[in-house]
Amino acid sequence: MKIAIEKSAEKLTKQDFASDQMVKWCPGCGSHSILAAMESVFPEIGYKKENYVNVSGIGCSSRFPYYVNTYGFHGIHGRANAIAAGVKLSNPGLSVWISTGDGDSLAIGGNHFIHIVRRNMDVNIVLFNNQIYGLTKGQYSPTSPMGAITKTSPMGTIEHPFNPGELVIGSQGTFFARVPDNNVKLMTQVMMQAARHDGCSVIEVLDNCVIFNDKAHAAITGKDVRDDHQLILEHGKPMLFGKEKNKGIRLNNTRLEVVELGKDGITEKDILVHDAFSQDPGIHLMLAKMHLPEFPVAMGVIRSTPAMTFNQLLENQIEKAQKESSIKCMDDLLNSGDTWEI
Amino acid sequence: MAKKIPHMDKQTVVVKFAGDSGDGMQLIGTLFSNAAALAGNDLSTFPDYPAEIRAPHNTVAGVSGFQVHVGSTRIRTSGDLCDVLVAMNPASLKANLKWAKKGATVIVDADTFTEEALSKANYASNPLADGSLSSYNLVPAPITNLSRKALENDGLDNKTIDKTRNMFALGMIYYIFDRSMETTCHFFETKFAKKPQMIAINKKVLEAGHHYAEAAEIVESTINIGSAPMEKGRYRNITGNVATAWGLLAAAEKSGRPLFLGSYPITPATDILIEITKRRDLGAKAFQAEDEIAGICSTIGASFAGSLACTSTSGPGLSLMSEALGLAVITELPIVVVDVQRGGPSTGLPTKSEQSDLYQALFGRNGEAPLIVIASSTPANCFQYAYEAAKLAMEHMTPCILLSDGSIGNGSQLFRIPKMADMPAINPPIVPANDPDFKPYLRNPETLVRGWALPGTEGLRHRIGGLEKEDIYGNVSTDPMNHATMTRLRREKVEKIADCIPEQKVDGDADADLLVVSWGGTEGAVNTAVKALQAEGKSIAHAHFNYIMPLPKNTAKVLEGHKKIVVCELNEGQFVNYLRGKFDHLSMKQYNKIQGLPFTVSELTECFEKLLAE
Repeated sequence: MKIAIEKSAEKLTKQDFASDQMVKWCPGCGSHSILAAMESVFPEIGYKKENYVNVSGIGCSSRFPYYVNTYGFHGIHGRANAIAAGVKLSNPGLSVWISTGDGDSLAIGGNHFIHIVRRNMDVNIVLFNNQIYGLTKGQYSPTSPMGAITKTSPMGTIEHPFNPGELVIGSQGTFFARVPDNNVKLMTQVMMQAARHDGCSVIEVLDNCVIFNDKAHAAITGKDVRDDHQLILEHGKPMLFGKEKNKGIRLNNTRLEVVELGKDGITEKDILVHDAFSQDPGIHLMLAKMHLPEFPVAMGVIRSTPAMTFNQLLENQIEKAQKESSIKCMDDLLNSGDTWEI
Repeated sequence: MAKKIPHMDKQTVVVKFAGDSGDGMQLIGTLFSNAAALAGNDLSTFPDYPAEIRAPHNTVAGVSGFQVHVGSTRIRTSGDLCDVLVAMNPASLKANLKWAKKGATVIVDADTFTEEALSKANYASNPLADGSLSSYNLVPAPITNLSRKALENDGLDNKTIDKTRNMFALGMIYYIFDRSMETTCHFFETKFAKKPQMIAINKKVLEAGHHYAEAAEIVESTINIGSAPMEKGRYRNITGNVATAWGLLAAAEKSGRPLFLGSYPITPATDILIEITKRRDLGAKAFQAEDEIAGICSTIGASFAGSLACTSTSGPGLSLMSEALGLAVITELPIVVVDVQRGGPSTGLPTKSEQSDLYQALFGRNGEAPLIVIASSTPANCFQYAYEAAKLAMEHMTPCILLSDGSIGNGSQLFRIPKMADMPAINPPIVPANDPDFKPYLRNPETLVRGWALPGTEGLRHRIGGLEKEDIYGNVSTDPMNHATMTRLRREKVEKIADCIPEQKVDGDADADLLVVSWGGTEGAVNTAVKALQAEGKSIAHAHFNYIMPLPKNTAKVLEGHKKIVVCELNEGQFVNYLRGKFDHLSMKQYNKIQGLPFTVSELTECFEKLLAE
């Protein structure tokens, strides 16, 4: 049987998901906009309000479940993805959302992260990437850029950072999106697409930590630069960017390059058209890896490719076994094989 | 035709099959056990295999063994020393002769005693020729050559033929015990249904072994073991690990909560994962996680979502689960953690048994983190205690650690098949939809148990997690007095479970001079030793514990009133120290063994006799 999540009979609103708890993130923290986006997207997705579950690990990101009125589980450091897998496996009729951070999912919980992605478990992961450990007050994370000066790297980090998109695609990921924390509209759209995707969706939010890593993403997300420094992808649309939409991405032999419309005879026909549904991750990987100053940073849904989910495959196996096996209950099992009467 | 030799009746016999791993010793041991069970014997088995899958050929390190104790009386252990030893090569003789009784029948494959194999097994001279085996009934049978001869016209290569050598040995054993080979032939027919040639050649070699034993008169008399006085009922042979898996499945069916098992493979617990994975037909969801941390965390998630959620592991895996166990304690969610103990610390002795995870089960978490600890004590009662672990966990909304061990997990025993209708009811405290009084940490005033509110249920949305929770309401709280209250409530909730478990039984007089105390997988050996001394009129009693945290309510009464108490366990004294901490007015002696081996009845008897004489 195809897994389905029961829809709400009544039209829900943002208020249905508002929690009575005080939100204790710092004023100006990027996480506030993630909360706003989720509260507005849940009624739009349309499931019964009892069918949403928010699961988290540890860190600033992971306080999220307390701030939204759904079933919620605040786990332990790094284990949000493993806990959420158990929730979804147990009851696939739930819409499972994971709030996690660059420390939670890419350092201590790296193992669970790559495996939940690889298995295509049908959950939605929102990765709050602020490139720093906030709750422990400012140590570098696995996404801090090489050379970052932090409390535990006073002379600069000497580690190569993870690019979350590259990690997701390398882990056989079927859905990866990236959004800046100051574009709630895009975030809402992306969350909607993540909810509709059958399988593991990962949304990386470029999240600003105002206290310990302020403006870490400013070169990408700043109001003055964002048009030129972000490529907002839409499936089926050419990859154009810039205030005048006059710059684009072209595939030149095996590499991407930035070109300008009207220059050297370049027309829109030369510009790559985004195919988010492509099975082949080649272009998706190149898009995920684009970085300043050579390229704009890709935003929106970079990859959304259909594949069977772990959950559906498990339910299918159960259905098949139940149809074919002669063992229908415990008494059958206990009396199966070699038994004898004394 | 050889002359008919006499029968001799025996009450109990221990047979040990030993060979290179890959020689098929576990298989013929199991086949012999099944034949004995069908003939009405009681039995207990114990496999003894190396950690390496195929250690170098013909070395002592690569010896794999399987011991079976059969009898016309009730059998409680897999036996101390064997009456019949089958050794398929010099290394297996070298490794196992010390476990054979003087006078035992020792069957060896004489063809394997080559100079090279002897030297690999570190024999300075050939034991078949140097007289060192004169106190045994040595049967140097040319098993390899006779197996090849039996199949010489079947067009097979020697490599294929040599894989049937174990069946030649089994045929010899069937002759000694005058056993029907029917069940074994039936096994070939099922196993090789699609390869008829394999059925024929295995049967041929099995029969060749039987004929050889008869013709060569390898024993002075064949041995007859009558039926054991078993309680009426339907029986099967079962290992502790399978019984554990089935106990969990049974609890899921009875409680109406679907079974989830999140586990990572680890010796000697893996069979539980394998067995539950087979049960997709019963709707069980076994999930092979990426590590033990994911095993227990997925289990906690599944419990939150309403499954009977379990994980199975061994000592090193339990270490990885420590932090998450605390999460299950503070979120007050039911999970069952099965620890099939092995020798430690660290990787330790993966294929050997020990009881040294008790401290870890009781105390191995940060903070005050009480939970239920119970222990199964025989392969067959792993079913009962797994069922009980699930029942207690769900009805009391708390994690429960079930301690098993490698001996009872891999050992097998006859199991009287229960009827599901007779199993006790399991009533998890599930909160009904839209309950107007629902609060996440509102408790039953008598049991202190909170309700289980399942995601998806209308009107019960709530948040829980690893931060300290406000009493009743479940909001995050750092209030000092609230923390004190919640700590006390979590402890009292677990302590109150003593009201729901059976009183501790004592085998023997309440004022016996010596009280022997044991727990977990040593029950068979300890009780056999105590019973033997009781039969001699000695003033000795035995209290074997299956409930450890909390202890049965009458524990103090059971321990009091004896001149001496000795606590026997396969560690350096973990249970005795736990008891000393609780009953410091009593003086307790201890008897410990830490060799990766089970207790032998004879060493226990010797210990108890000495204590009684002092």
